[in-house]
Formats: sequence, structure tokens, C-alpha cells
Amino acid sequence: MRRTITAAALVVALAAITACGNGDTGSSGATARGPITVWYSNNAEEVAWGKQMVAAWNAGHPDQKVTAQEIPTGKSSEEVIGAAITAGNAPCLIFNTSPASVSQFQKQGGLVALDDFPDGKSYVEDRSGDVAQQYKSPDGKYYQLPWKANPVMIFYNKKAFAKAGIDTAKPPLSTYDEFLATSRKLVSSKAAKFAIYPAPSNEFYQSWFDFYPLYAAETGGKQLVENGHATFASDQGTEVARFWRTLYAGKLASQEKYTGDSFVDGTAAMAIVGPWAIATYQGKIDWGVVPVPTSTGKSLAETYTFSDAKNVAMYSACANRGTAWDVLKFATGKDQDGKFLAATGQIPLRKDVTTEFAGYFAKNPDYRVFADQASRTVGVPNVPNSITIWQTFRDAYSRSVIFGRQDPAQALGAAAQKVDQLVSRP
Amino acid sequence: MTITTLGRLAGKQPIGAALVAPYVVFLLAVFAYPLGFAVYISFHDYFFAAPGADVSRPFVGFDNYVTVLSDPAVRRAFGNVVVFLVINVPLTVILSLVLANALNAAVRWRTFFRVSYYVPYVSASVAVVGVWLFLFNSNGLVNSVLGPLAPSPSWLVNSGLAMPTVAIYVTWKQLGFFILLYLAALQNVSADLYEAAEMDGANRLQRFRNVTVPGVRPATTLVVLVSTVTGANLFTEPYLLTGGGGPDGASASPVLIMYQRGIEQGNPDVGSAIGVLLIIGVLLLALVERRIVGRDED
Repeated sequence: MRRTITAAALVVALAAITACGNGDTGSSGATARGPITVWYSNNAEEVAWGKQMVAAWNAGHPDQKVTAQEIPTGKSSEEVIGAAITAGNAPCLIFNTSPASVSQFQKQGGLVALDDFPDGKSYVEDRSGDVAQQYKSPDGKYYQLPWKANPVMIFYNKKAFAKAGIDTAKPPLSTYDEFLATSRKLVSSKAAKFAIYPAPSNEFYQSWFDFYPLYAAETGGKQLVENGHATFASDQGTEVARFWRTLYAGKLASQEKYTGDSFVDGTAAMAIVGPWAIATYQGKIDWGVVPVPTSTGKSLAETYTFSDAKNVAMYSACANRGTAWDVLKFATGKDQDGKFLAATGQIPLRKDVTTEFAGYFAKNPDYRVFADQASRTVGVPNVPNSITIWQTFRDAYSRSVIFGRQDPAQALGAAAQKVDQLVSRP
Repeated sequence: MTITTLGRLAGKQPIGAALVAPYVVFLLAVFAYPLGFAVYISFHDYFFAAPGADVSRPFVGFDNYVTVLSDPAVRRAFGNVVVFLVINVPLTVILSLVLANALNAAVRWRTFFRVSYYVPYVSASVAVVGVWLFLFNSNGLVNSVLGPLAPSPSWLVNSGLAMPTVAIYVTWKQLGFFILLYLAALQNVSADLYEAAEMDGANRLQRFRNVTVPGVRPATTLVVLVSTVTGANLFTEPYLLTGGGGPDGASASPVLIMYQRGIEQGNPDVGSAIGVLLIIGVLLLALVERRIVGRDED
């Protein structure tokens, strides 16, 4: 009862604050200037970047001071942001807004359309190029600036591969058949207990790190939902699902939740993750990286994957939106993007990122492949009920692929029908 | 309001009324109002919005309840919690009574054992869940001991065993609290009754059955009701232990689904409908339990 009561109390508190608020959700504050607050992520590298960015801005703008802090601790940053919107105390900018939550935040009246600024649309599209289109809302406006990507690829442990007698320079991981054969070799040789270990748990976002990257690769860059319809109940979707099913059925991937990092611990010989993880592998694993597999074995140059992007959004509680817009442009300009890349290894969602930061990639060749991959990524579709859609998909995937309790094609078909209904619901 | 009316409200013990007043206010603010608001939300197309946002939240009658009751995941979650309660409540009553009785006897290391049983109750769930994951995963200690008798798939990914495993975990974790309740109740059982039973030739088991069990009946009623209410609000354990209610929803609880629908997915109206149904269910169950367990108290 305690939790129900706590949740109910939260509801009441939020409602009370809502009743007292006088937020301005219109565009009247688009030119207002003055102090603003921003939130950034709480991983150490991003905090360091955020601090220097804010210091650099404040040094040149004493009358428009930015106060920054890490996103307050909560169960997830999305929930914290959702509560802040309702309470009317969201900051002006949040660096690390999940694209999956944008439709919900927009429905809440919590976001400012960047198109409200005269150069809003052009800035977004000039900075990110064609990738920006994916982040447009159904009303045709941008409520988020595509900021950074962590294109998901296959990391492999060279030591484990060598132990299994597999080529560590060019491991056979390109096609599904190759990937499965390599996985069987890794496990049968006891080089690792599991070939790969994506989280098998049921949270809505877990499919971004198993099904979705391979689906993007197999389809040449299709999103889960396009033109108001689910796309995954197709031959390609089923093929990806059956590939993962084979891994689970053969105990090459585990159905059990793992506490810790299975790749770092050596429990799994491969991981499917973005470049943010490189820092955690430093000095622990001799790793290599390849694109996610496809049925026919596409080359890196033609392989798509999941972007794992996080974006910057402006929140409607912001009074001094003129300053917020300037700070947003300052923080995502070439200079700060370069500093962000150097500090975090995450890839700014800019067009021509490899040429713009050629010097960095020359010094850090490990990251070059991710920057190249970043130009061929798909994000979370910006559609209504996005999180419910992903949970619907995850339930079907979990039931059929991870636990084998239903045929994957049937499960995906039924999920697609539900998703189609959800997309059409405001 | 006249002084006479105030006096009537305060009764014969105005100081008592004054002392109770803060808690009454607390109850109204933290229990009654949120409950009423949750019921209101459940009958509207409601979602949280920014202050001043122009949103419509029309009355939708029982639509949210229809959505909830036609959702297989919700129905399954309610079924799961029944399985949980069927295992957890009797096990809690039996184990805590037997252990309290043993701890109440004059044995060495009594304090050590009392603390040992209480420690899991006050330990952070996240930390303790880590230990259970280590114990119950396919290569865990339990399966190592069981050898060929180990279940396949293993405990937490076995759709038939996941919820019973969660139920046993919660029983173990909360046992210390219920043992304390019984220990307190045991102090009120007259030693004369034990002496009389002993003189009548009753053995230890007979004394337990005929003196201890009836003597702590009020505590048993409390233990049954409290363990039912806390059990029906199960959230943390399936969320952490079975990765969000897995496998395939076999350990999902109504509160877990309520959290997903209401908070994660931004549908507090649907979440509230689940909550209201859960409250009704728990009240009905508590009424039945009160009638069965507490029938001799009156």
C-alpha cells in the first residue's frame, strides 16, 4: 500500500502544482533574454563537458547567466523530466532528451517548437543534414535538436576469439550464418560462456540493443513505424527475429538477467553497444568492432544501425527563450561539438562529422568507424504513444524470441496490429 | 462553527482530539484526497500536462476500466498476484509464528537470531536482490546444490517458477518484521496457561496448538492483513529480480503494470483504473480474511 499511496501523493502534488502554475506555453517568450537553467546527463565525461560549456558561455554573457546541473536522480531521466514538465519547473534546455519521450512531452505541452525561432528549422537541418528528418514531429515541426549518436555496433573480445581459433582481424560475423557459426565456436570452445548477451529483460527500450539495430541493417534503414504503420511484421523483421531466436534457443545468448557488464566480465564474447562504452573497456578488454550482421552480409558502407541518439529540447517552462536558443546553438556549434567528441567519444549528429573533426579521428582511429556509421542510423520513430509502442513490441519479442513461447512471425504480426492502432491514437 | 459545535467534535477529551488532529489531516491529505483524485482520473481521459497547457480531459465513463480489463497483461498480472498471495501469506504466517515461538523460548544466541531474521527486512532491496540473483540463476548456488534436479529453464526465467520464487524471496525478506509482531503478541500469552496445559500432560506441540496459536490470534489477523496488503502492492521484487516481470509477464504484478502504463507510458488514467481495481480487490480479500482468521476474536 505504501507505494500506491506514495504514487497517489505524487499525483496530488503534481496536480496541486499544476493548478497553481502560470506557465507560458506559447511562443511569446521567443525573444526574451536573461538567466536560464539547463540540465545535462550525469555520466562523468558529459558532466565535464557540460561544465566547461556553461563556463564558456557565462564568461561572455554575464547578463544571461546559465545555471546548470545534472538531471536529478530518479528511476529514469524521462520520468524526472515528465514530472518536471507537470510541475512547471523544467529547465530551459535538457541535453539528453530521449527521442522516445518527445511525443509524450509534446502532448503534455512541455516542449517548445524550435521552428518558433526564425532560424530554428534551418539551424537544425543545416547542422544535422538528412538525419534531422527522422526527428520531426507528426505536425512537421522540430521539438528536439538531434544532438549526439551512439551508433550501435558489434564489439568483440579479441582474446576470446583467439582462444576459439577465430580470426581476430576479420572475424566471420557479417552474415547471420557466419555470426551463428562463430557464436557456436565461441561457446563450444569455452572461450566465453555466451557469444553475446543483450539484456533479456522486458523494459521497453531493450529492443534498441538487440532487434532494432539488426532490423535497421536488414532493411537498409527502416524505422519501426513509418507512415503511420508498423513495418516490422515483414519477411525482414521475421528473419531478424528468427536469427535472435536461434541464438537464444542454442544458449548462445542468455535468457537470464545479468548484473554487471557481461562483456567486461568475459561472460560474453561480444557486445552490441555504441562508442560511449569504449571508455569502460579501456585497459580491461582488447576489443575489435564490426557492423551488425545482416542475412546477406552487407559491407560497413551500406549497413544501417540504431542511432541510440540523445537530443536537446527546449521546455515550455522556460521564460527566457531567446537566451535558451542562443545557448542551444552555442552548445551545438562546431567548437563545442568538437569538445564534446573529445570528452565523451560520442558522435555529434552533424553532417560531415568525419571531415569536420578529421584531426580527432586521425588521433583516435577507434572512433572513426563509429563516426562513419553515424551517417547511416535510424532513430526511434517520432510518433504518438512511442513508449507504449515499444513496450508492445518488447512484450511480443520477449514472448516469442527470448522465451520461445510463440512463433516470432505470429507474435510480430499481432504486435504490428496493436502498434497500428496506437499510432493512430492521439 | 460555534464553540458548542467545536466542543461536541472534540468530545470529552479535547486534548486527545488535538493530538489526533495532525494525523487526521495527514490521512486526508495523503490517503483520502489522492484516492479520490485517482478515482476521478480513472473516469477521465487524463494525462499530466504542463501548467497552462491547453489540454482536454473529457469524462469517459468506464472506458479506462474496459481498457484495463480487456488487457491480457493486466489480467495476467492480477492472476500472478493471486499466486503470490497464496504462497506468501500462509508461508509468512506459519514461518513467522513458528520462528517467533522458537526465538521466544529461552535459547542461547536469541538476540543474534532475532537480528539475523530482521536484517533482510531493513536491507535495501536492490542489494539483497543481487544476492538472490546469484543464488537462483542457472549457475547459482541453488542449482549447484540441486545438480540434475535443477529446473530447466532455471527459476527466474521459468514461467511456472518465477512467481513462486519471487513469493519465497519476499517471504524471507519480510519475515523479520512479522516475527517481531508475533514476539510482541507472545508476551501477552499468560504463562499460567502453559503451566496448566503442561500439568494436564500436554506435550510441546499440543501446547503450541492449544495455547500459543489461539493466544496470538489477534496478531495472526494483523499478519494476514498486512502481508496481504503489502503483497498486493508487489513491485520492486519482480522489477529487479525478474527483469521487469519476466519471463513473458509471468511475474508481472498489477503495480508493475500500473507503473508502466501510468508513469512510463504517460497514461495515468489507465494506471489509476488498475489502482482502483487493485484497492477494491484487496479490500474484498481483506474482508474475507478478516471473517475467516478473526472470526473468534469478537
